[in-house]
This record gives sequence, structure tokens and C-alpha cells, in this order.
Amino acid sequence: MTDQTLPIPASEPARRKPASRHVIGWLQAAPLALVLAVFLVAPIVMIVVVSFWGATEFSIYPAFQFDNYAFLFGSDVTYRVFANTFKYALITWIFTLLIGFTVAYFLAFHVRSLTWQIALFLLCTIPFWTSNIIRMISWIPFLGREGLANSTLLSWGVIDAPLEWLLFSDFSVILAFVHLYTLFMVVPIFNTMMRIDKSLIEAAADAGATGWQTLWHVIIPLTKPGIMIGTIFVVTLVMGDFITVRFMSGSQSANVGRMIQNDVGLLQYPSAAATAVILLITVLLVIGILLRFVDIRKEL
Amino acid sequence: MESALDLEFVSLTKRYGDAVAVDAISYHFTAGTYACLLGPSGCGKSSTLRMVAGHESVSSGSVLLGGRDISHRPPAKRGTAMMFQNYALFPHLSVADNVAFSLKMKGIDATTRRQRAGERLELVDMTSFADRIPAQLSGGQQQRVALARALITEPQVLLLDEPLSALDPFLRIRMRAELKRLQRELGITFIHVTHGQDEALALADEIVVMNAAKIEQAGKTRDVFDAPETAFVARFLGSHNVIALPEGKVAIRSDALTLKAPDAARLQGRITNIEYQGTHVALTALIVGDQEVTALLSDTDFFGAPKDLGEAVGLDWDNQAAHALSA
Repeated sequence: MTDQTLPIPASEPARRKPASRHVIGWLQAAPLALVLAVFLVAPIVMIVVVSFWGATEFSIYPAFQFDNYAFLFGSDVTYRVFANTFKYALITWIFTLLIGFTVAYFLAFHVRSLTWQIALFLLCTIPFWTSNIIRMISWIPFLGREGLANSTLLSWGVIDAPLEWLLFSDFSVILAFVHLYTLFMVVPIFNTMMRIDKSLIEAAADAGATGWQTLWHVIIPLTKPGIMIGTIFVVTLVMGDFITVRFMSGSQSANVGRMIQNDVGLLQYPSAAATAVILLITVLLVIGILLRFVDIRKEL
Repeated sequence: MESALDLEFVSLTKRYGDAVAVDAISYHFTAGTYACLLGPSGCGKSSTLRMVAGHESVSSGSVLLGGRDISHRPPAKRGTAMMFQNYALFPHLSVADNVAFSLKMKGIDATTRRQRAGERLELVDMTSFADRIPAQLSGGQQQRVALARALITEPQVLLLDEPLSALDPFLRIRMRAELKRLQRELGITFIHVTHGQDEALALADEIVVMNAAKIEQAGKTRDVFDAPETAFVARFLGSHNVIALPEGKVAIRSDALTLKAPDAARLQGRITNIEYQGTHVALTALIVGDQEVTALLSDTDFFGAPKDLGEAVGLDWDNQAAHALSA
């Protein structure tokens, strides 16, 4: 660092201005740039670097080799796990979208008073007052073999034997995902819906549109940016998750997060890093594709 | 004359809980009339319009169109179309798609839709904007599109909710002429809600002055303006003085007042304000009982015998210019 760009004495106001403006600009940008550099860029660079390192059963060593990637792409398991991750993301997306849209629609268009809208909206956030893991685990006594769901169904005579697929299955994983992440769909969709001018709905009715036609031709198109933001939340959360899959599948299914967690557990950092890099690229691609469909800039 | 397409209110009432927004109003609009519902905000004029449109339920009474009760029909099945105050154009649809929206809802094919939307856009002179989206249009252009969209349903009654309030004064006067032209060409009934008396006078064949949920006075525009029945109507329409005389309250148009020598006139006053308005001079005088009276004099009359502030003047009028007020 030199002092050349620092303020020049006030006797030269004309020359001083551009130079000091640059300095102030850099200084203003510096805190955020620093935070991003330290907490976002550096870790990612680190992961990318480590993903090229080598590993033995008991050590890792710096190198620049493609072994980790070669192994990753050469293995059948990778494709199955990625496919499974996409499956979770897709099914969770469908359910969170349906539920989230319905809830947001109800709040935005059927609840007339703002007070009630805010009250009901806050009600939706109550589950978030406890930790994710606790909310997840609380499903276990409900869904288990001897759980509340099975015993109720048995006592009603709906089933003869306990349902095995209620817990530690894809069903329970997706149930937990939907439970955990629906609010991430509700919030942006509700936000977009609240900005829709109510007279548009009257205008649609004036033009003879039925309720469904209004929904399809007016509300959904105008809610797209919110749907897209919610979709990005849900998809990235589900694709990056490992803890839900571990608890709710009883370690019987895997997604990419679990794969990385396994590698980390075995101290195979380079392999974990390579998987993480591929996951990151995959998620970015998915978001890139989503953004091609809808312009969310006007929402931000 | 009773026509098949007359619009009629029969003790039309709107209640919100205990509050009465529209209190049993009755009125008959002859088909093809340009009518203005005029009144201050909160007088119930918008609620009335929305009840006609079907966007507000009718609490009691009814709206008849061509003798049929339409009070409980869905908005699109009434033979009315509404033009909203903020136009309510669909922001995600092009101008042509906005206009053709109701046709699309009916399941009419795209070519016919396009063609009929084109005809309506031509009517409002917006053909070259068919592919734009509303955000790319000015306020006046958006309004034309909204008009075209309302007219495509071929309504018998067009309802306009403060259609000019969002425009700047210059555009307002231009669109005013446009609305009048359209109404003449289409020959359908226009019901136009406004709080601007100049707008109402300029456009309406008939005006319905509303106040506090009731019709204060209604009739042919000139009849109402020339003979206001209540102080409210006289004041709201403007250009009138409401003067309390020993024999009761009267309304006298400000241009019907003439200046005379104080001892030769019925009223004596002292000039408090002189306002030059170009073609006219508005002269305000304070008379008995601290009442302000404005006389509108032509500039030749005033400058022929100029007056000064504080000068004593006499104000007089022809007997038929004074209208006794009931309230």
C-alpha cells in the first residue's frame, strides 16, 4: 500500500475530488467484500483446491490429480445418489408448491383484514421457533411401527398390520422435507400475491372469467416470480440436506449430502470436496435453468 | 319513454354492518344517456356503481336493466362492463391480449379474438400499440386500452369509476372529449362516477348529485345546474352563491349578480377580494351576516367601472335568477 491515492491537501480541491471519491468508494465496498471473500469465496476455493488432492486410507496429500473426479464419475453409486437427490427435490417441490400456493392464496385473497392476515401468517411460522432436528425427530414416535399413526389406523380397523413404510422410508423423508420447507414456499408466494392489485380479479370477473380461469390466467402468471423464489429456496435446501435424510430414512437411503457426510466421516476430504464441487455445479445449473423461465429481478 | 335497455335503481341500498353506504336510492336512466354520479368522497357513488357492476352485493332493493332484475347476476352476465379507476389492466398481458381477455375466457379462437380486439383498439386509436404491455404505455394510453377492454363485451351500460382522476389536467380534458365522442358513437348508456363538477357538467346529459348515501338532486344537467334545490347541490356544483335572505336561503349564480350603487341594490357589501381570471373578474364581497358572496363580472363590465378592495358595493339580481333552497 502506498499513500499516493490518499487525500491531497485541501488547497487543491479540483484534483482532490476524483482521487478521494475512489478511496471512499473502495472503503465503502470493503467491509462486504471482505466478509464475502473470507466466508464465501475462500471456503469455495479451498474446497475446489482440496478436491484435486490425493488421499490414502490414513492421510491426504496436496496434489493436482483428477482421481477423485474420475472415481466419482466412474461409480454407479454416484448416479444413483444424484438421481435420488433429484427425486427428493422434485417430489418435495411439487408438494411444497401445492401446499404453499394454497396457503398463500388463502391468506392473500380470502382473509380480508390485514390484522388476520398477519396473525395467520405468524401462526405459520410457529414451528420455526424450535430446531429443525427436533421437528424432524418428533415425527418418529408418530410414524413408527408402534406409533400413533399405526395404532390409530389399527384401532379404526383401516389396516390389519402396521404399515412399515410410514417411517424410515422415502415417504417419511419427503414428509419431513415438506414439513420443514413449505414455509419457504409460502413466504415468497404470499409476498408476491399481496402485491397483486385486487381490482385485477374484479376485472377478470367482469370479463366473465370463472374462479379457475382467474387463477390460471391472472393469479398464477402474476405469482410466478414468488413461485420461482420459493422453488429456489426449496430445491437448494433439499439438495444440500443430509440430516433429514439420515434421520428420517434411518440411514437407509442416501442423497448427495449423505455421501459427502460419509466421506467426511471417513476423513476422505478430497473425495468429499469433489462431490461437493459437483453438487454445487449441479445446483447452480438448476437455478440457472429456473431463472431462464422467470425474471425475478423485479421482486428483489 | 321506457326503452328495452333503460337502467333503473329501485330503492337500491348498500349496508356495511351498521353503516349505510347507499340509502334506498331510486332513479331511472334512459338508454343511451351519459349520466354522471357526482358527489364528495364517501357519498356512496362508488358503492352504487360497484353494485351495478356486480362487484358489491346489493343489500336490498334492486338494479333493473331493460326491466330485468340484474342485482344478483354475476358481473359478466349483466350487460354491464366496468372501467376501473386505476384501469386494472393485466400487467402480464399485451394490449391485444388484455382487450381480448373476455373472448379468451369464452373460448373463442385466437384469430377471431385478435381480429375483434383489433377492431376495438381501432375505435380507441390504439392499433399500433397492440403488442406492447401496459407498463410501456402512458396513463392516457392505458385508459384507452381499458376502454377497449370494457367495450369488447358489447355492454349495454358502461360503468366508469373516476376514469379521469389519474390523468394530468391537460389529458383529462382531451380524454373527456374522447369519452363523449365514444358514447355518442356507441349510443349506449355511460354511468360515470366523479367528484369533479366541471367533469360532470362537461360530459353528462343527466347528473345525479349524491350526498351522505342519498340522491340530493338528479335530472338533466342544465336543469340541475340552473335550479339547484339544496344548498349542498348549489355549493357542490360551484358557480353559485348560497345566500341567507330574510325570506329564506336562495342560490344565485355568481354571474347573475350585478353591481349597483349600494343604496339602489338589494344587498350591500364590502369588497374583500378581486380575482382577475382572464375573461372574467371574480369579485368577492362580505355582506350582512358575514356571508361571502362572489360575483362573476365580465372583464369589460369590471374594467368599465373598476372597484377597489374595501369599497362598498351593492349587489342585485333578477328575480328569476334566485332559487329558493329547501335545505
